Amino acid sequence: MMDELRELYQEVILDHGKNPRNFRHPDDANREAKGENPMCGDRFMVYLKLKDGVVEDVAFQGRGCAISTASASMMTEVVKGKTEAEAKALFETFHDLCTKDDHEHGDHGPVDEDAMERLMVLSGVRQFPVRVKCATLAWHAMNAAIEGEDKASSE
Amino acid sequence: MDTQISDTRITDTLAGFDVERVRADFPILSRTVHDRKGRPGKPLVYLDSAASAQKPRQVIDAMTRFLEEDYSNIHRGVHFLSQTATDQFEEARRKVARFLNAPSERNIVFTRSATEAVNLVAHSYGRTFLSEGDEIIVSVMEHHANIVPWQLLQMEKGIRIRVVPVDEHGVLDLDAYEDLLSDRTKLVAMTHCSNVLGTVTPAKIIARMAHERGVPVLFDGSQAAVHGVVDVQDIDADFYIMTGHKLYGPTGTGVLYGKYDLLKRMPPYQGGGDMIESVSFEGTTFKAPPARFEAGTPAITEVVGLGVALDYMERLGREAIAAHEHDLLQYATQQLSQIDGLRIYGTAPGKGPIISFTLEGVHPHDLGTIVDQYGVAVRVGRHCAEPLMDRFGVGATARASFALYNTRAEADALVDSVIAVKEFFGA
Repeated sequence: MMDELRELYQEVILDHGKNPRNFRHPDDANREAKGENPMCGDRFMVYLKLKDGVVEDVAFQGRGCAISTASASMMTEVVKGKTEAEAKALFETFHDLCTKDDHEHGDHGPVDEDAMERLMVLSGVRQFPVRVKCATLAWHAMNAAIEGEDKASSE
Repeated sequence: MDTQISDTRITDTLAGFDVERVRADFPILSRTVHDRKGRPGKPLVYLDSAASAQKPRQVIDAMTRFLEEDYSNIHRGVHFLSQTATDQFEEARRKVARFLNAPSERNIVFTRSATEAVNLVAHSYGRTFLSEGDEIIVSVMEHHANIVPWQLLQMEKGIRIRVVPVDEHGVLDLDAYEDLLSDRTKLVAMTHCSNVLGTVTPAKIIARMAHERGVPVLFDGSQAAVHGVVDVQDIDADFYIMTGHKLYGPTGTGVLYGKYDLLKRMPPYQGGGDMIESVSFEGTTFKAPPARFEAGTPAITEVVGLGVALDYMERLGREAIAAHEHDLLQYATQQLSQIDGLRIYGTAPGKGPIISFTLEGVHPHDLGTIVDQYGVAVRVGRHCAEPLMDRFGVGATARASFALYNTRAEADALVDSVIAVKEFFGA
C-alpha cells in the first residue's frame, strides 16, 4: 500500500508541489488558458510567451493539489524553449504516460527523451485513475493556449 | 504537536444503541478495500454517507423479493401483480408521509432525486407564480441543487435570488434574513442541514418569519431528514424535500412533500402516462396531485425499497440514531481538533454529524487519496457548494460524515490516517 503511495508522491513531486517553479504571471505573455477541475476545485492559469513558433516563456498560477501543482511546475520546466510542435508532442506523450500501458503509447512525433525521463515520476498516477486529471490539468491548459483557446476543454 | 491521542480515547458506545448489531445489517461494511493479490487490504471505514448511505440487508432483500415475486407496473392493468405492486408502492407513500408527519399520503410526490424535486417546484410553482422582479431567498450554504434550478428560473423570468449569509461558525444570519424578506419575496428555499458545515437551520423560525409576509417556504432536507426527526406540520413547511439514497434506501428515489392546496394549484411538471385523467387532441385533463406530478413509470422497486429503509430507521428509533451520531460527531471533533494545523469548517451549535476540514499544507485531494489507502472513505472537493467554499475562502475541503452504522473506532481510524497524511507530507 505504502509503496504505491510513495510511487505516486515521490520526493520530486512533493518538492515541486511545495515549491512550484515558474509560479508567476509573466508581463510579456501573449497566450493564456485556464485549466479547471470542477470535481476538486483545482484551478490554474497557464501563461505562454510564444515567438516565431517557439515557447520562449511558460509560467502558471493558481491552486491545486500536490500532483497537479507538481505536474504544472515540471511542465513549465520541460516545455520552455520548445517549438509549438515539440510542446504538443510532449503533451500527447505525457498524456499517454499517465493514461495508457506502455504498449499502447502512440507515436506523437519527435519528443524530448530527457524531458520524458524526468516526467516519469508522474507515471504513478496511472494506478490512481481519479488523479489522472490532476496530473494532466496544466498540460491541457498549455495545449489549449498553444491552440489559441482560453480554456482547456474538459475530457 | 501531540499525537498521543490514543491515550485520551474513550471507546465506550452509547447505552441502548447496539452499533455492532446494526453494522451486521450492512453487508458492505464487512468488506476490505485495496486487496492485493488475494491478501485482504484495509477494512472499509465508510465516512461518506452524506454523499450516499450504504444499504441494510433488509432493503436489499426487500427489493430482491419484490422483483422475484411481486413486480409489475403500477396504476394500470387489472391483473393480480399490477394490484400487488401498486399496493406496495402506495404503502411506501404512506410510510414516507408518516416519516415526515405529513397530514396525508396525498402530500407526497415521488421524484427521481432531491434535485428533481427542487426542479419540479421551480418549473411548476416558480414558472406559474413568479415573474420579473420577484425574489427568492436562499442561503449561502445551499447545495447547487438548491441554487441552479432557481438560476434557470432567473434566466427565464428575470427574478432575483437573494442570499442569506452565515457567520464564521456557519450559523445562519437571521437578522440578514429578516432584512431580505420583503414584498418582493415570493419564495424562500433553504437547506435544513448544510451538507458541508452540518449547520441545522431553524426551520420553524424561518418558516414563521416568511409566513408573516405570506411567503411559502421550501426546505431541502436531504441531510436533515437523515439525522433527526422531521415534522413538516410542526415546521409548517410548504415544501419539504428529501432523497432516498441518503436515507439508507436506493438511488432513484426523491421525495417532495407539499401542502395540498399548493400542489393543487400547480400545473404538471412533466407530461406523460399516469398523470392524466383523459387525453384527447382537443384537450387533456390532469389527475390530482400527487399523480399529476408523477409522469411515466416511476422507480417502483426502489420506492418499495425506500419504504423498507424508513421502516428500518423507525425500528432503530430516529432519536436513538441521532443521539448515536451526535456522540460520534462530538468524539471525532474532539479527536481531530488535537491535530495541529487541522481546521474544521462549521461549528454551529446543534450541527449534524458532518465534519468538513482542511489540513494546513496539504491539499484535500491529496489527503483523500492517502486516507483512502488506509481504507478511510471521505469526500474531498467542493461538495456541490461552491458559493460556500468561496465564503470561507477555501478551494476545497475534506469531509467526513457519520451515519448510524459508524463507530468511535472508525473515528479513530480517520484520525490516525490524517496523522499519517501529516507525517507523509511533513506538514
